[in-house]
Amino acid sequence: MTYYRSHILVSVDPQSIAKGAYEIMDALQDELVKQGLIDEVQVLETSRIGDPELVGTDLMVYPESVHYVNLTLEDIPLLVEEHFLKGRVAQQFVLEEEEFVDEEMSAPQKKEIRVVLKNVGEIDTFNIEDYIARDGYMALGKVLTEMTPEETIQTVLDSGLRGRGGAGFPTGLKWKFIRNAEGNQKFMICNADEGDPGAFANRRVLEGDPHSVIEGMIIGAYAAGSSQGYVYCRAEYPIAVRTLNTAIEQARNFGLLGEDILGSGFSFDLEVRMGAGAFVCGEETALMASIEGKRGEPRPRPPFPAQKGLWEEPSNINNVETYSNIPQIIRNGAEWFASMGYKKSTGTKTFSMAGDVKNTGLIEVPFGITLREIIYDVGGGIKDDKKFKAVQTGGPMGGCLPEAYLDLPMDYEALAEAGSILGSGGLVVMDEGTCMVDIARFFMEFTQEESCGKCTPCRIGTRRILEILTRICNGKGKPEDIPLLRHLCEQINENSLCGLGKGAPNPVKSTLEHFLNEYEAHIYDKTCPAKVCRALIRFEIIDGICTGCTLCARNCPVDAISGERRKTHIIDPDICIKCGICEQLCPYDAIEIK
Amino acid sequence: MATEVKVGQDERKIVQELVQNHGNKKAELIPILQEINREVGYISDEAIKELSEKMSIPSSHIYSVATFYRMLSTEPRGRHVIQFCESAPCHVAGGRQVWQTLKRELGLLNGETSQDNKWTLITTSCLGVCGVGPVMIIDEDIYGNVTPDQVPGILENYE
Repeated sequence: MTYYRSHILVSVDPQSIAKGAYEIMDALQDELVKQGLIDEVQVLETSRIGDPELVGTDLMVYPESVHYVNLTLEDIPLLVEEHFLKGRVAQQFVLEEEEFVDEEMSAPQKKEIRVVLKNVGEIDTFNIEDYIARDGYMALGKVLTEMTPEETIQTVLDSGLRGRGGAGFPTGLKWKFIRNAEGNQKFMICNADEGDPGAFANRRVLEGDPHSVIEGMIIGAYAAGSSQGYVYCRAEYPIAVRTLNTAIEQARNFGLLGEDILGSGFSFDLEVRMGAGAFVCGEETALMASIEGKRGEPRPRPPFPAQKGLWEEPSNINNVETYSNIPQIIRNGAEWFASMGYKKSTGTKTFSMAGDVKNTGLIEVPFGITLREIIYDVGGGIKDDKKFKAVQTGGPMGGCLPEAYLDLPMDYEALAEAGSILGSGGLVVMDEGTCMVDIARFFMEFTQEESCGKCTPCRIGTRRILEILTRICNGKGKPEDIPLLRHLCEQINENSLCGLGKGAPNPVKSTLEHFLNEYEAHIYDKTCPAKVCRALIRFEIIDGICTGCTLCARNCPVDAISGERRKTHIIDPDICIKCGICEQLCPYDAIEIK
Repeated sequence: MATEVKVGQDERKIVQELVQNHGNKKAELIPILQEINREVGYISDEAIKELSEKMSIPSSHIYSVATFYRMLSTEPRGRHVIQFCESAPCHVAGGRQVWQTLKRELGLLNGETSQDNKWTLITTSCLGVCGVGPVMIIDEDIYGNVTPDQVPGILENYE
């Protein structure tokens, strides 16, 4: 029996073959024979490694795990000489990280630790074997053959994993509850209704590594004693729905879903259910109502879903990211997971950065990292190097935090104390050009639209707040508006039925606390310090700078600008709609917003 | 992709086929409504009546579900539906100006359909592609990093 010291795996999918993969294989064999290495190095075929558009004909060399790309026949002798004779990586043929252009996720930055995002963008989503090649489903095998359901739950408890959907409830404890509950059938549900504006981590995991979620669910089902699961995925994510369905089918074909999984006697199957465009369906009881074919209206708890959930049976609901952590926790151990993080928040968390930051997109970092590090070190700082003003954390139910909070370590408790929430991990960064009253109004508009309407404090309270904020932004604010807003915030928070209502006042509350001066400027001075609120600003052409080039007048959509060539132009404030086109176009910066 | 509005007989047949394929359990209501919305362009009274009979669900319930979810429409829509993301990240990235430009170019307010039935303009909640905001979808085409001056050119692509 020949023992090879090295294996070369040549990618032979249809596209690579068209680019000459078989010729490359032959050339490799010939060269190895020539160099007397044919008994030491084996050349094999494999499925697609990299995107043929990017990497041409490519191959992997093991055990070093080097990925050589864009190879031509002429490259082969050199490659064999460098790598196999001299024992050096042939750098000129290796894939460079920067070639992969992804607007949402860069290569891992310093301070990042990718657990949930480990496979995203690096494997072929539509091929289960890629996932398996990276230790996929090993955790499931371990659990089914070496662990009892109770031991599985204990491992998850010891890891300290908390719900990544935002509530931060200990996952192990949730699984314990449903294990001990009584019912005819138990359901495992995955909340993939990521509706928070600014959050798209769940989407990337579902599109890039769906099996990590599926494996997590199967392990959870074993622990809970469940035989049927649902992934509730929002309809705005059609690609995720497709990747999920393909992954589920492939898992079934491999005996990883369905009857008698891996011959263990344990059976569990999974189905995708789609949403239809309702943010509130991210709330667990509303989600279950939606699966049942009803309006997505939350209901009071108790009874909690673990006792009475979907169709009144015990149900466990976890977020995409929570499930996605499970396989690695089982494989690497609870201590590994608990060794990362900060205080009671163990492990890592994905954050999606949006807004006025240089590097918008997804990152994954251990808990305990500060906001300053996230925004400046990982995010690259504020776009155009403007001044930081505030960051809104956790989605529309989160608060806006000013500069004083930049050194806050990110974890569930710290953010709650600061008047915000960790939520889904969305971060909206705002620079000096943002009006905080306008932002509060903006978030309230969203919440008002998405309120299910069932309970009065939320349905009517948010509408009243929105009316007041709109009046203020239009220059019609009154002094009594501020205490009224505070009162409304308190009432809505204390008396709403679900998390949407309870959290809806947070943007208003936090901006009132940290940016009261802006509210006062709007109400008392009828000005908008950030120059955003259209009713409170004026576009003016500066005499002395304006050259009369007429560019603005010609482009004004409402003909509000008049003037002769080479003479200072003037904007009529009564006609001007403040669209800002003139200010953007002026080549001399002669137009000012006052 | 434009949808043709099929009326009357066709709608009943579509509903019957859908119930046959999906089954008539209540849990199938929303998936079926999504398909009707996609095939017919909206959920008509005819469709609701037929669905009510076939699934033994009161039409009031079906109507309450159809009006609850944003992606389902009980009003006819134009040949091309423009959904503009109105959420904070897109707003902060310059979405406001794009929205103004859209409304002006089309002469439509939020939720309106043009006289010639070509366009329906609506806002949508976050589509989860915030890294490339401002974002809008026309039919099934996603446009990211949209600037106001790109708008007329984008609209010209549609008949």
